[in-house]
Amino acid sequence: MTSSVADLSDVARSAATLRGFLHGLPGVDQVGAEARAAALATRSIKTTAKARGIDLAIRMVDLTTLEGADTPGKVRALCAKARRPDPTDPSCPSVAAVCVYPSMVATAVDAVAGSAIHVASVATAFPSGQAPLAVKLADTRAAVSDGADEIDMVINRGAFLSGRYLDVYEEIVAVREACGEAHLKVILETGELATYDNVRRASWLAMLAGADFIKTSTGKVSPAATLPVTLVMLEAVRDFRSATGRTVGVKPAGGIRTTKDALRYLVLVNETAGEDWLDPDRFRFGASSLLNDLLLQRDKLATGRYSGPDYVTLD
Amino acid sequence: MRFEYAPAPESASIVDIRSSYGLFVGGEFTDAKDGELFKTINPASEDVLAEVVSAGPSDVDSAVAAARDAYDNRWRDLPGAERAKYLFRLARLIQERSRELAVLESIDNGKPIRESRDVDLPLVAAHFFYYAGWADKLRYAVPGRQPRPIGVAAQVIPWNFPLLMLAWKIAPALAAGNTVVLKPAETTPLTALHFAQLCQQADLPPGVVNIVTGAGETGRLLVEHPGVDKVAFTGSTEVGRAIARAVAGTRKRLTLELGGKAANIVFDDAPVDQAVEGIVNGIFFNQGHVCCAGSRLLVQESVADEVLDALKRRMATLRVGDPLDKNTDVGAINSAAQLARIRELSDVGTAEGAQRWSAPCELPERGFWFVPTIFTGVSQAHRIAREEIFGPVLSVLTFRTPAEAVEKANNTPYGLSAGVWTEKGSRILAIADQLRAGVVWANTFNKFDPTAPFGGYKESGYGREGGRQGLEAYLA
Amino acid sequence: MPERLAVRKTYKLFIGGAFPRSESGRSYVVTSVDGDFLANAALASRKDVRDAVVAARKAFPGWSGATAYNRGQILYRIAELLEGRRDQFSTEARDRAQVDAAIDRWVWYAGWADKLAQVYGNANPVAGPYFNLSAPEPTGVVGIVAPPDSPLLGLVSVLAPVIVSGNTAVVLAAEERPLPAISLAEVLATADLPGGVVNVLTGRVAETAPWLAGHLDVNALDLTGVADPELAATLERDAAENLKRVLRPPAEPVDWYAEPGIDRMVAYLETKTVWHPKGV
Repeated sequence: MTSSVADLSDVARSAATLRGFLHGLPGVDQVGAEARAAALATRSIKTTAKARGIDLAIRMVDLTTLEGADTPGKVRALCAKARRPDPTDPSCPSVAAVCVYPSMVATAVDAVAGSAIHVASVATAFPSGQAPLAVKLADTRAAVSDGADEIDMVINRGAFLSGRYLDVYEEIVAVREACGEAHLKVILETGELATYDNVRRASWLAMLAGADFIKTSTGKVSPAATLPVTLVMLEAVRDFRSATGRTVGVKPAGGIRTTKDALRYLVLVNETAGEDWLDPDRFRFGASSLLNDLLLQRDKLATGRYSGPDYVTLD
Repeated sequence: MRFEYAPAPESASIVDIRSSYGLFVGGEFTDAKDGELFKTINPASEDVLAEVVSAGPSDVDSAVAAARDAYDNRWRDLPGAERAKYLFRLARLIQERSRELAVLESIDNGKPIRESRDVDLPLVAAHFFYYAGWADKLRYAVPGRQPRPIGVAAQVIPWNFPLLMLAWKIAPALAAGNTVVLKPAETTPLTALHFAQLCQQADLPPGVVNIVTGAGETGRLLVEHPGVDKVAFTGSTEVGRAIARAVAGTRKRLTLELGGKAANIVFDDAPVDQAVEGIVNGIFFNQGHVCCAGSRLLVQESVADEVLDALKRRMATLRVGDPLDKNTDVGAINSAAQLARIRELSDVGTAEGAQRWSAPCELPERGFWFVPTIFTGVSQAHRIAREEIFGPVLSVLTFRTPAEAVEKANNTPYGLSAGVWTEKGSRILAIADQLRAGVVWANTFNKFDPTAPFGGYKESGYGREGGRQGLEAYLA
Repeated sequence: MPERLAVRKTYKLFIGGAFPRSESGRSYVVTSVDGDFLANAALASRKDVRDAVVAARKAFPGWSGATAYNRGQILYRIAELLEGRRDQFSTEARDRAQVDAAIDRWVWYAGWADKLAQVYGNANPVAGPYFNLSAPEPTGVVGIVAPPDSPLLGLVSVLAPVIVSGNTAVVLAAEERPLPAISLAEVLATADLPGGVVNVLTGRVAETAPWLAGHLDVNALDLTGVADPELAATLERDAAENLKRVLRPPAEPVDWYAEPGIDRMVAYLETKTVWHPKGV
């Protein structure tokens, strides 16, 4: 928030200093934050703005499949969709990344080869994170060595909620190191953090520990991404850059299904963190069904008539 | 990537604005007896919207006589339950036609459609719905007293929330069994005249509600009319004072809701993002044309730079322009006269040495506009810290201790509202106790509700509107 | 043996808890209804009004900030002390029933101190996630012209409802019958009532009341005792200068013995509404 760049490297030198820093962050008033998110959700995005917003949103999608039933065939189909979301329209952009389990990374890397699409892998005993650190690190290294260039880790919510912030911090630092060149997205699982104060603290904790992105949710816990949670996280990355000069991205994930939803998130980004974050390198949607709705709306704008589910591909 | 929002205008075609309007007296639209015509314009374009009557003495006589007749013969003795049903009807009619009324309000007043649609109109309907329910329960509202209506109420309202102020005046008056003659402000008469159409649709007995349009002289004729038993005024302290003098020595009952210069106090432990929203909402809501606006920001010195940086960043996202665009945050200044007043006081602020800052912003060429502005380095001695600007202009002062904050907040002849921002609960309660203001918003600002009494201390007026207390102004 | 010569009382003003003479040095003769000399009462001046308002303003934060329980106890204490001087007041007022009623009125109002906010304040069920409470607060310094027709009971009936809620008062005593007001002040001075909460001036209402009505640091004006409609209208006009709350002279004679109701208390209350979000 201040214009001068602060040195925060010392914040995590002890559990006490880290706790003091996180608890010294300004509080978040729930009602006020939700009212602000709701007010921004009334923005009316029409015509040319809508068209641009839809294409941007498509470029920001981390097209995701995280099911026990995933197979190489399913993942290859997903990757094909990621490369050409609308096979009938070459002007339609591809998505930012595909997001899969570690066991599927190699398949995905192979399937997106030659495109700009990133391969993201969840890791660290996703979604619960309830595994020994060594297992989490091995999980991470396996995904990276199979070619994932983005890792979506989960934080240790149990440790966070019991106030062991330094444990959470050190685990993120360790995973960060295990990532090597790969980008690290840190999943806060905001649905389990319960309060916006916790969301703000966890956001800062993750950023201090080296996260490239902070991500709302695994998609396995309800509530997943919400507008106010994302608002609080966008405020955090904005303030973190003001304080440190480093830019961290934000990824809402789970529950974002419609074009209207996606455009609301883009408005939130635009009016909170600002246009620097209106970029797939800074903002992503963790989603699966969202893409088809974006394609339907894109078609409606282009043709002036309503399309139907039979006219988009289901994979 | 820049994300420009394409224009998203609400269609003006939903509302049918007639080229001229008469007065609404005795349930009918009537031509003026001795009133002259004047024009009401759209402040965002300066286009003429319609001609309306500046009611003269005979017009006011007729309206008061119609209200008296209705009081004596059709309304006072109507069972409360029946009065209630009329008010419930009006609430429903407002809901049914709320989009149309919101558009009309934005066109005549200049306020953003987002506000007239999401704030004004829902509150208007809610007010009628709330007071409707009181009409047959008055004996529960005034403990130890037998409730009786007062008679004919003369009601004069301002231009900043035309229809909402109408609701604040008419709903409790009718619920209590009074009849009314209401004068809307000369720059914003149209929604009141359309409300008159709703009274017709509701089959409200003739003369229960009468609307006379005009400027200050019509208002004076109305409040000084000997046939009036009750005067209710919302507007400037200066006019309120004149009305208080005018009714002195009569048996007319008087309530006044006047000006303010509210302090919005931000402590160092405030939830800063929400506080910034509260500051913005406090002073830029409705172009700052709000009597309870948080026009003095009192920020603790230890966080002043941080809060101001955040405030400026936030102000840069405010969208100023076409009131009918659904994405507009700040609309047009209501009139050329008000714009001149805002400009004059802002120039005084500069001349007195305060630092002026506005977000870069393109304003439309036609119409009345003023870019959201803050002044820093303001002290209590500056005129911009003492006088009500009634525009999108914020004066920023600092304080060091809670005692200093309270002292500065109370150091004004006004006492309408105040804000306090801190995460410490006990501090909120202590500060709220010490603030001499009728409404204290803690960790929020500019919230209104029909159940919540609103009104000022000191020179901000007397009496309350809203809630159970709001009924008392209309009960003998 | 000659009859013992009585020690007479000097009737002075009551300002800020002390009993000064008028700064003007003036006094006026007070006689009984039969025309016998009773006393030289102080003839208050505009500067006495000024001093009384300063004292009342100074006392306001402490008195309005006292707990309602505390204020109730002090009002009850006034009743106790009056009861102890019942004979004296009965002699002065020549009316035992009036004294008894005055004592009982203090008791009645004492009980209101901690109930007023419960009867007159309320929670507001607003349509949103907000705590919302309206509570009555005292309006500030109240100028009172005491009724001339009932020098003790009338005075108590206009004074008690002003101070019970935390206001402070400057009272212009009944012009022709001011002595009970000063004797009451002696009771107030010993009843743990903080100095300045009640200030009593004797003298000519037509001279002093305009200074009270025009004073910008007075928040409200009780014109109950102004018999002249012209004067009342002028005072009300003067009071508009800073928008004082004004209680006009009653339209009909007041039965001071009847139960008062809450109107006189409500006239000097402000409703403060506090909003706060409810969130976790």
